[in-house]
Amino acid sequence: MKYVDEFRDPRLIRRASDEVRRLADPARHYRLMEVCGGHTHAIYRFGLKDLLPDNIELIHGPGCPVCVLPMGRIDDGLAIAARADVIFAAFGDMMRVPGTTGSPLEHKARGMDVRIVYSPLDALKLAQANPGKHVLFFAIGFETTAPSTALTLLRAKALGVSNFSVFCNHVTIVPAIRAILDSPDMRLDGFIGPGHVSTVIGCRPYEWIAQNERKPIVVSGFEPLDILQSVVMLLEQLHAGEARVENQYKRVVPWEGNRAALRAMAEVFELRPYFEWRGMGFISQSALRVRDSFAQWDAEQRFDVPGVRVTDPKAAQCGEVLKGVLKPAQCKLFGRECTPEHPIGALMVSSEGSCAAYYNYEHRKSLAMAGLDAHD
Amino acid sequence: MCLAIPGQIVEVVPGAVAGAVVEVVGVRRRIDLGLLLDDMPVAGDWVLIHVGFAMSKISENDAREQMELLRMLGECEAAVEEVAGYGLGDEDDGRGQAS
Repeated sequence: MKYVDEFRDPRLIRRASDEVRRLADPARHYRLMEVCGGHTHAIYRFGLKDLLPDNIELIHGPGCPVCVLPMGRIDDGLAIAARADVIFAAFGDMMRVPGTTGSPLEHKARGMDVRIVYSPLDALKLAQANPGKHVLFFAIGFETTAPSTALTLLRAKALGVSNFSVFCNHVTIVPAIRAILDSPDMRLDGFIGPGHVSTVIGCRPYEWIAQNERKPIVVSGFEPLDILQSVVMLLEQLHAGEARVENQYKRVVPWEGNRAALRAMAEVFELRPYFEWRGMGFISQSALRVRDSFAQWDAEQRFDVPGVRVTDPKAAQCGEVLKGVLKPAQCKLFGRECTPEHPIGALMVSSEGSCAAYYNYEHRKSLAMAGLDAHD
Repeated sequence: MCLAIPGQIVEVVPGAVAGAVVEVVGVRRRIDLGLLLDDMPVAGDWVLIHVGFAMSKISENDAREQMELLRMLGECEAAVEEVAGYGLGDEDDGRGQAS
């Protein structure tokens, strides 16, 4: 049991937790999905499950960009980078994600020129500093990072940097929510909406969830109190038989989003007809590609991309875990073949992946209680 | 990559490209303001930063809470490392190109 006193404002936490218990109908079982990987991490870190009654189940959604990227895309990016004149640049999160022939870090150990960058602008600078090379930026992320890639491409065009391109893997969150709602084995009562994605897209794109699907959604901050308040707001709606979009994270998320960011994205990107998500299959209009007017900076138009498709290892049940059908520990490989130190599925790689979060906070705790050490 | 890093604008840098020097727990680096063109911050303002870009303006109190959250999530060092890594190859910080 989590001790309420550990929190920054225990009184408010206790009040929110009591409010949840007051609102939750003991005759009902509530299934609420937190869409964003940042929320998943916070929920495990703060042991929020212990502050909720047993009939409120938090289901972890697909909002971890590293986790939903199919292995074939990593192979494709590394295939381009295998050319002698290419520098492969990516965020640190990508470096340990396994491709068929190893992760970018393992490729680096074998001689590939692989660099960690913290901003896409730095990948562009790398290109300017290395005129004899081509810099490939492996772009991933939801709408939180897509505007930064868009501005970087606008900058590349303005500066006329010709030895730079983006391998675009940006995905959009709303079609993934739609796919989950369309999935026959998934019954949800409501959503804790993503916080930082919503600073860009605002709250309007979620309105169909309330209007057409009759499910409440509350855009939430990341603090323990934010998440508990969002659960209270969802229960209040469910209690009243309502389904609305609400914004718990008003201090950061404007209802209309960030127009400058949306403009940059619209200028540089267009929707792909469909894109493959790891464990979820092809989802229509769920990802971004670089517009033809920026073809020179689009790695997919500039290079031969093998278009690799890799099926995940059969025993790994990443898809079921991603959709919330299975809990991480219910996967056959969890904690045995697949650990944060030796990840098989991407959900075990990122700290925002539900398997890594579960392993680091729940699994290690139960091993310690049993007097056993985790493998590290 | 997904959790935002709070920082205070030390100086808005004039020029064709909207940029600023920002401070995050003592580390000063150049960030881009291109995503806040509709609501430009000034020196002293607090912003949330994603991958080298200021994404939204926030209050000082929210900035402090966000940093505390990163600390509690064990992401604080990664956040400072990220900010310290911005501006790879910048002439003005004399770091040269990283590898």
